Amino acid sequence: MQATSTKPIIAFHHVNKIYANGTVGLKDINFEIPRGQFLVVVGLSGAGKSTLLRTINRMHEISSGEIRIDNEPISDYKGRALRQLRCHIGMIFQNFNLVNRASVERNVLSGLVGYYPTWKCVLGLFSAADKQRAIQALKRVSLTPKIFTRADELSGGQQQRVAIARTLMQDPKIILADEPVASLDPRTTKDVMDTLQRLNREDDITVIVNLHSVALARQYADRIIGLRAGELVYDQPIANVTTADLDRIYQAN
Amino acid sequence: MTESTPALPQRPWRQRYHVAAIGWTLLLAVLLVLSSLMTGANFGTFLSNIDQFLALLVQMSHPAWSYLHVILQPLYETIQMAVLGTTIGAVLAVPFALLAASNLVGNRLLRGLIRFFLDLVRTLPDLLLAAIFVAIFGIGSTAGVITLAIFSFGMVSKLFYEVIETIDMGPLEALKSVGATKVTIIWYAVLPQILNQFVSYFLYTLEINVRASTVLGYLGAGGIGVYLQRSLGEFNYSATAVIILATLVVVLVIDGISNHLRRVLL
Ligand SMILES: Nc1ncnc2c1ncn2[C@@H]1O[C@H](COP(=O)(O)OP(=O)(O)O)[C@@H](O)[C@H]1O
Ligand SMILES: [Mg+2]
Repeated sequence: MQATSTKPIIAFHHVNKIYANGTVGLKDINFEIPRGQFLVVVGLSGAGKSTLLRTINRMHEISSGEIRIDNEPISDYKGRALRQLRCHIGMIFQNFNLVNRASVERNVLSGLVGYYPTWKCVLGLFSAADKQRAIQALKRVSLTPKIFTRADELSGGQQQRVAIARTLMQDPKIILADEPVASLDPRTTKDVMDTLQRLNREDDITVIVNLHSVALARQYADRIIGLRAGELVYDQPIANVTTADLDRIYQAN
Repeated sequence: MTESTPALPQRPWRQRYHVAAIGWTLLLAVLLVLSSLMTGANFGTFLSNIDQFLALLVQMSHPAWSYLHVILQPLYETIQMAVLGTTIGAVLAVPFALLAASNLVGNRLLRGLIRFFLDLVRTLPDLLLAAIFVAIFGIGSTAGVITLAIFSFGMVSKLFYEVIETIDMGPLEALKSVGATKVTIIWYAVLPQILNQFVSYFLYTLEINVRASTVLGYLGAGGIGVYLQRSLGEFNYSATAVIILATLVVVLVIDGISNHLRRVLL
């Protein structure tokens, strides 16, 4: 392993998040994520998992503390710099968040818009090389035959794989997945989780996944952290994780 | 497989006797009677003058078809006015609708100002607008087009922003998360969700404008309305009938096109 890979890709220092209505989203969060890790975040509904994930690409702003990505504090990024940051961070959602009326191809290409000037995006002027990459991305999620299908004609599992292909177009160094399998059945759940695992192992993408299922967490994670009421209450490499630990995180209070 | 129906909870008496529905119906009936009394709209007068009305109907039931070739050109002009006016109004309405939508613009002050402006535009009666623009631009279709554009703008912008407020915000979040600019987000995530309804409302407005422009013609704003006014002024009701029927055909055709487009687009 190179020296760089021992440096954390993401670091939280005393991060607090209080929502405008006074709800505490995150409370004094401190931890680091090494490059290439498959990190699973567990916790009860409302524990702050989504909030934590969304502070990493600044979809949510923190109230105090510092988040560093590649050793750069990200809080001051504005406009272009912020969009640049988001360019390199993929995000997968529970509800897939595809544009239903658009084709699979257009949805996949939309992962690139951060790399293009606005006018080219509006006119759909993507380079031939990038259109080729879209096909490759679909191939990796085994959906090439569906390229011209409308997104809403696909099953849930297929839609989530399109979302992953969209993320691949970003060429991300980090993928944030917020309960990516919560609306899927067990078989497609395995498809999607396996795909994320492959990207983590083959492309060395750092993957952070919020999960509801303890079994899935144990199966895929390199490391599990647990949140409760906005606090980091658990942090162990997978080798040390016991069922009793996880049960405790899921006990209210 | 059991025969006994499961015990359901008792319905509250309000629900059992449809209190709300009956109450509203009664209230509406009372309001109707009161308002007709207050405005002096008298059904008796209508009945006593029914023979005049019947005479008019008899004349109108013999349309003077020879008049048709006279009105084709103004009818065409009316359609042009309506299409142009609706298009200008609808295109201008898009940016305003985006700025007025509460799910896209967080700034309440900006949103409030835009909405106030739109309310103001909608309050202006189209007949007043037509009178003003005829005074400015003289008799002709320019005044009509501008009037229809403003009228469409006011109506469509409200319909548009109400549509925008119902869209799924998920795709917007996704586009934001890949580093898209505001314009790109609107283009990729908002427009595809609203395009069908926009087209549908556009066609609906166009249909209204074809009818409205016949009335505007009264004030000299061009189109078929000029001829409608002339025929009525000359008590030439068989010509009036032709104009009304021709307008009806145009409205039906537009309605057909809009139904077809809606099916294709959806
Ligand atoms: N936009 C918001 N405004 C106010 N409170 C919020 C908002 N989003 C989330 N919260 C609150 O913050 C807490 C953490 O929420 P969230 O991060 O969504 O939890 P999780 O993803 O673990 O279910 C919850 O109490 C939730 O109600
Ligand atoms: Mg959540």
